[in-house]
Amino acid sequence: MSDVIIQGPNVAHTHSAHGEHHGHDHHEQHFITKWIFSQDHKIIAKQFLITGIIWAIIGALMSVFFRLQLGFPDETFPIMEKFLGEWAKGGKLSAEFYYALVTMHGTILVFFVLTAGLSGTFANLLIPLQVGARDMASPFMNMLSYWFFFLASIVMFISLFVQTGPASGGWTTYPPLSALKEASLGSGIGMDLWLISMALFVVSSLLGGLNYISTILNMRTQGMSMTRMPLTIWALLFTAVLGVLSFPVLLSGFVLLIFDRNFGTSFYLSEIFIAGKALPNIGGSAILYQHLFWFLGHPEVYIIMLPGMGMASEILSTHSRKPIFGYFAMIISLIGITVLAFLVWAHHMFVTGMSPFLGSIFVLLTLLIAVPSAVKVFNWLTTIWRGNIKFTVPMMFAIGFVSLFISGGLTGIFLGNSALDIHLHDTYFVVAHFHIVMGVSAFFGMFAGIYHWFPKMFGRFMNNTLGYIHFFLTFAGAYLIFWPMHYEGIAGMPRRYYDYTAWESFNQFESLNGFISIAAIIVFFAQLLFVVNFFVSIFRGRKCLVQNPWGSPSLEWTTPINPGHGNWPGEIPTVHRWPYDYKDDGHGNDFIPQTTPLKEGEEAH
Amino acid sequence: MSGFISIFLISLVFFIIYQIAKASELAGILRGEEKTKAQTNRLMAWLLVAFFVLGVYGIWLCHDYLMDKMLPVSASDHGVQYDSMLYITLIVTGIVFFLTQALLFWFAFRYQYSEGRKATFLSHNNKLEVIWTTIPAIAMALLVIVGLRNWGRMTSEAPKDAMVVEVVGKQFNWIIRYPGKDGVLGKKDFRMTNDADNVLGQDWNDKNNHDDVVLQNGELHLIKGKPVKLIIGSRDVIHDVGLAHFRMKMDAVPGIITTMWFTPTITTNEMKEITGNPDFVYEISCDQMCGKGHYAMRGTVIVHTEAEFNAWMRMQQPYYAGDKGNETTEPAQPEQKTDSVNAITMK
Repeated sequence: MSDVIIQGPNVAHTHSAHGEHHGHDHHEQHFITKWIFSQDHKIIAKQFLITGIIWAIIGALMSVFFRLQLGFPDETFPIMEKFLGEWAKGGKLSAEFYYALVTMHGTILVFFVLTAGLSGTFANLLIPLQVGARDMASPFMNMLSYWFFFLASIVMFISLFVQTGPASGGWTTYPPLSALKEASLGSGIGMDLWLISMALFVVSSLLGGLNYISTILNMRTQGMSMTRMPLTIWALLFTAVLGVLSFPVLLSGFVLLIFDRNFGTSFYLSEIFIAGKALPNIGGSAILYQHLFWFLGHPEVYIIMLPGMGMASEILSTHSRKPIFGYFAMIISLIGITVLAFLVWAHHMFVTGMSPFLGSIFVLLTLLIAVPSAVKVFNWLTTIWRGNIKFTVPMMFAIGFVSLFISGGLTGIFLGNSALDIHLHDTYFVVAHFHIVMGVSAFFGMFAGIYHWFPKMFGRFMNNTLGYIHFFLTFAGAYLIFWPMHYEGIAGMPRRYYDYTAWESFNQFESLNGFISIAAIIVFFAQLLFVVNFFVSIFRGRKCLVQNPWGSPSLEWTTPINPGHGNWPGEIPTVHRWPYDYKDDGHGNDFIPQTTPLKEGEEAH
Repeated sequence: MSGFISIFLISLVFFIIYQIAKASELAGILRGEEKTKAQTNRLMAWLLVAFFVLGVYGIWLCHDYLMDKMLPVSASDHGVQYDSMLYITLIVTGIVFFLTQALLFWFAFRYQYSEGRKATFLSHNNKLEVIWTTIPAIAMALLVIVGLRNWGRMTSEAPKDAMVVEVVGKQFNWIIRYPGKDGVLGKKDFRMTNDADNVLGQDWNDKNNHDDVVLQNGELHLIKGKPVKLIIGSRDVIHDVGLAHFRMKMDAVPGIITTMWFTPTITTNEMKEITGNPDFVYEISCDQMCGKGHYAMRGTVIVHTEAEFNAWMRMQQPYYAGDKGNETTEPAQPEQKTDSVNAITMK
């Protein structure tokens, strides 16, 4: 297989472009083809990561603004007027813009940060490096994938500044609210831009996903059988499969919505009287959209979770100096999660008036997904059991990932059971649940990955002291923010409310909301600490002087410290063993790289 | 200008923090990298344990503080079953939570790096995998069984003698319709809707409509001990009838009709005594994002005894104006504006 790669496009004729920021290029390459329209998977990974970080700051800042409103509904904050202008006249957020902020916060974090920023970064960085390929199957498509994402970002960013405001119907943008301009300000041009941006995003995600899958299936180096792939690659493979199979369905839902909005069709609209007049639309179904949306929407949760699971597996194993426990069980549970992810979407719709019988089937399938998830948790626990754990920053985040995954996963058992969901649906319980499990936990997977592979990306380390501070502030902060929200949710407090003061049942939580807001703001600044650490360390971090700083057997650490385009200067390495051989190599090392042939009499895993 | 200065100052502060952090790392290296590493490792192991202990204490504090506010007294017979199921699930997940978190932090502490020790090479154990696949599967099966039994009950057909009330959502309030003396809700056609004298689009050719009572103030009046079946609809976008005290919730979707039924078991007045809150009122919250007034789409439920209800009902007049013209509609009800956010007094 390896010869295919050597002959691959852009590689045989390439003027080897080196990794970022280590200026010893032997061959001149134009600045634009090297840094901007680059086809090197490592550069594209960094482009995804940095774009993701910028979006994460914007999305998090939005949450600070609406948390100020939620926590202190009677106060005014002049600083908000500086940022938001008309939308926060006199320092008081308007209801319209509150909903716009909530909507954009969700859209940005779910799609732009935790899908593009997470899979885009690590699939691009790790797949070729860990399977032993010189680049992606199609570096050109890979470049297009980033630039479609960039276009989507531009359109979404522009939508923040239109006069009627960005989309404001929630990140799920259910019609008719999102379909009718009369229904809300945000359903004007802002919603059109949202749909265009998301359509571009789907294109980006498909171009990327197809590439990831074909690279993993076709371009593994000699000896890298599927069962010798690190779990990161398995996880990224299933992430891509989920995306490729479900994003088109979302796109179809969006196309129908565009038709309903602009061309007078009635896919989602029926019997509506709004703004003083009855609309002509009859026969559509608002619930159809929800099916189309959640057919992606639920797999999307796993698109966000799986990369983190893969990276946590890898990192827990490496820093415990111990093989991942139950490698095959991990793969099987990934398969189980992937298959079930497609069969549980309607658990978001128990109270939409869907047939209760259909609901019961989705209860069964939803709770079934807890089984592979539990298997993964037990395997992670057993991985660190009897290890020799080095608490590096990535390891701390990986441990935090497991803790948060447990906490957030368990509350899913409440929501997946329709009889309990009937009271908890669309309350703060849901907010707490998904923020812990697919928000913070996925972020912890991502942080772990960034700290762990930073030396591979930039040839330097991130600052450890700041890393530890970042970890503890975020870890404690996440629990302080989201744990109390469960209580609010069980009390029935609905989500997406601008103000609770007029509600007899919910205004009792006013001081608690203030507490949560303060915690959220502190955590926001803790993230800026990370951002500073990230960007400053690119240029000024401690240099990584060894090829394999963590002592990891997988292939990416056999490349030079700053690998050029093509990754390995000579031959592509040949693989002889699985990636978790943490045992004595006979020379005082506690691991054996994948490239080392089996010793005589040694049994393969 | 001040904005730029503050951004500059903030960046400066972060830069200084970075430099301090960097200096502390360099100092560590000077003192001897291996030694510093070992020290940091021990410190982190202890901090993780401290985190766990403080976390458990925090959970206890949080619980102590919020327990009373958490689950309001259930005011329907569904609600009682709901609560017991919630507590069963809470116990099952609670045990798993404390067990796995304790193991995670304990293992992290117990197996922290030490010079002499070697990590055990342990790659798999199929027996263990089978055990921890089976146990969650059984636990889930039990929860599914409990859940589906309750789900079946909650979504079953309403009893024949149930009172029927229509609840219709619009931006941003609730309209309630009672069938009147004949007990039948008249036909509707959304094209006949107008905000002046036909807010629900009732078809006046249908005689059943003539005695229907329409309340535009979002007050849903119910009888203690009498099952009620809600016929739920929406005029414009998707809303959701959320009844936290009755543990019920159902979307109001334009173009289709959804239903739910339950039996209130505690009157509003009794609830005032139970909660010790003289202002207590059951609320209908809109639980599906419906636009800028979503947060103020508040209805109320007033649970009467049968006698009180009948007395109240006698006071109500049919919405049908007949030949009398528009002016007789519901003198007690304030005229609703399309945008009713202002109609609800906000603090």
